Amino acid sequence: MQAENKGLNIYSDTVVRQFSIMAVVWGVVGMLVGVIIAAQLVWPELNLGLPWVSFGRLRPLHTNAVIFAFGGSTLFATSYYVVQRTCQTALFMPKLAAFTFWGWQLVILAAAISLPLGYTSGKEYAELEWPIDLLIAVVWVSYAIVFFGTVGTRKIRHIYVANWFFGAFIIAVALLHIVNSAAIPVSFMKSYSAYAGVQDAMVQWWYGHNAVGFFLTAGFLGIMYYFVPKQAERPVYSYSLSIVHFWALIFTYMWAGPHHLHYTALPDWTQSLGMVFSLILLAPSWGGMINGMMTMSGAWHKLRTDPILRFMIVSLSFYGMSTFEGPMMAIKTVNSLSHYTDWTIGHVHSGALGWVGLVSMGSLYFMVPKLFGQKQMHSIKAIEWHFWLATIGIVLYIASLWISGVMEGLMWRAINTDGTLTYTFVESVKAKHPYYLIRLLGGTLYLSGMLIMLWNVLKTASNGRPAMASIPPVAAHA
Amino acid sequence: MSDFNNNFWPIFIAVLTIVGIVACVVLLWKTSKIKVKSASGDNTSGHVWDGDLREMNNPLPRWWVWLFVLTIVFSLVYLVIYPGLASYQGKLGWTQVNQFEKEVESANTALKPLYAKFFDMPAEVLAVNPEAKAIGERLFMNNCAQCHGSDAKGSRGFPNLTDQDWLYGGSPEKILETLTNGRNGMMPPMGAMVGSADDVKNVAHYVLSLSSSQHDAALATQGKEKFATCAACHGPEGKGNQAMGAPNLADNIWLHGAGEAAIIKRINEGKINQMPAQSAKLTPEQIKVLAAYVWGLSNKSK
Repeated sequence: MQAENKGLNIYSDTVVRQFSIMAVVWGVVGMLVGVIIAAQLVWPELNLGLPWVSFGRLRPLHTNAVIFAFGGSTLFATSYYVVQRTCQTALFMPKLAAFTFWGWQLVILAAAISLPLGYTSGKEYAELEWPIDLLIAVVWVSYAIVFFGTVGTRKIRHIYVANWFFGAFIIAVALLHIVNSAAIPVSFMKSYSAYAGVQDAMVQWWYGHNAVGFFLTAGFLGIMYYFVPKQAERPVYSYSLSIVHFWALIFTYMWAGPHHLHYTALPDWTQSLGMVFSLILLAPSWGGMINGMMTMSGAWHKLRTDPILRFMIVSLSFYGMSTFEGPMMAIKTVNSLSHYTDWTIGHVHSGALGWVGLVSMGSLYFMVPKLFGQKQMHSIKAIEWHFWLATIGIVLYIASLWISGVMEGLMWRAINTDGTLTYTFVESVKAKHPYYLIRLLGGTLYLSGMLIMLWNVLKTASNGRPAMASIPPVAAHA
Repeated sequence: MSDFNNNFWPIFIAVLTIVGIVACVVLLWKTSKIKVKSASGDNTSGHVWDGDLREMNNPLPRWWVWLFVLTIVFSLVYLVIYPGLASYQGKLGWTQVNQFEKEVESANTALKPLYAKFFDMPAEVLAVNPEAKAIGERLFMNNCAQCHGSDAKGSRGFPNLTDQDWLYGGSPEKILETLTNGRNGMMPPMGAMVGSADDVKNVAHYVLSLSSSQHDAALATQGKEKFATCAACHGPEGKGNQAMGAPNLADNIWLHGAGEAAIIKRINEGKINQMPAQSAKLTPEQIKVLAAYVWGLSNKSK
């Protein structure tokens, strides 16, 4: 691959193609597991009485598969695609890039085997045991070398805004993963956290919230900054806005973790800091949404005919909505109602299905035909179908969990005149049943859209063949 | 900030917090002044990537700047009112613990008159008083049903409260005592004291024979002598001892499992079982109503 790049002066797209296809495959797998566990919540018998497919083991499999397998593969694919094109140079150390692909797939495979077997470190979104954690660290450092090496050997003087976000995401995730996964191994596949008690909880949620902030936000903002202006064929709305919201976002996110631990053993002052920085985070988050949305000015009419652009814009709408909802839920008073309820799950999914999912799909629909030498996706009609199935699915999903979350929060705090609770816990569980059914329906619609995408992507890939995109000569500007 | 053993850290964090928030303002202010003019005068920065990627010089949206400022002002005010900066406790003196204590206190004050009328009623009266019964049931569902079940019939390890079998006594006074202070049941591992594995098995069969459960009569006879070790707590006839919470072995009620295997396991391993005290959770008046309700479960009025 290295020779191919040096000799012919073309972009290193093999690894982009591999990650793009696997992103779609893992998307289907991860969302399928999500639908299965949503069904288990409606009909607990679907646990089948088997430990390997019980909710407690499949739930981390679902989160790891959608975040790290689907989201991760999308981020690798898009960042490798974008960094080459905006630096006008091939990937730095393409063999190392190939290693990140196979290494990352190995991590996913190890997760898919070890989680159902019950191996877990018990840390949310960081369940994988120490040997897998070590592999993740090696792959991630290699990723950083490839990415920053490419930026360092760029042929264009200015670093494009998408690469700021990708760069911040890569550095922050390395830091978060290494610090939070620090553990003392006691045997193969068993370790104890390096931290104890409330410190452990704080480190975990510093990691947990920044997994959202950097993996699922900064990285995907990088995607947004390339693919939205490309697809809309419009310039990015405001250079100065991208500067403020970038620096404010990456600084502020780092403080927001304590809002996961309101009214716990965490000291009051730590909770307060988590809350105020979560509130300050609102404007920097919206900066990204505004910059994406306003990039559409002069191109709004394209939404009528271009389903790919629609994916991106609706994605930005969900981003704006969940980054408004998040700071509100971080306020102690609101949190005392929302904490531990389905509202939180609904909030996460409006970000995950709405923002992360839709912008990933949009950018994959943009890249895949180009990677396989096709003018466009095999079926535009299928993209339309995917869009509507996904959008309706998200609305059903988050609306049902809003209702069930607020309902159970109110039920838990309802008190009789004699000081007893009005409802027992099990009554609140029972009351949620119909909403779990609607959530399952929403999830199923979203998954079916993803299945259509898999078919469409495989058709497009098999119709064409790997394209050799040549690197254009550097224009004499700036 | 008793969380630190060194004064440096709280100050470090507080300074970082203030500097961070101020830096956001400075960033906002400085950036709003940036003007990058491209030569072509098309309101872009003049940079081009990948053929057609450009960025425009539009100013920061005014409403967005004000939104940013608003959240910052709110945050600074919040940090004056609430604890957040080093050991500064905030103007209101709020802590999550005193918030909790105040809520409990005001609730207890509001509840006082309601419960006052019940306090002097004997349990026999309370158990048939419809209002007290309804409150007792709700207290039970909130605090007891998690272990003893919504029907109070218990499950393995958690006693049935509707029958006449009581570990520590079923009088209203005893139930009140159990609820208030909790109970710690402890049976030591007795395998070695009883003797060989065969001896343990024989004793198990003797125990089974006490309640006429299915057993081997020959083994039970051999076990009878060794049962003397058990009799210290469970009594010579195995009828138990409520003074120390030793269960009756002759009533065919098996809290920790019936049958030979389960009994052998108990003899060999012993058992520690706990009923948590409710005195920190409920007021004495509530416990009184609850105790009467529980007593009523096995003492239905005719």
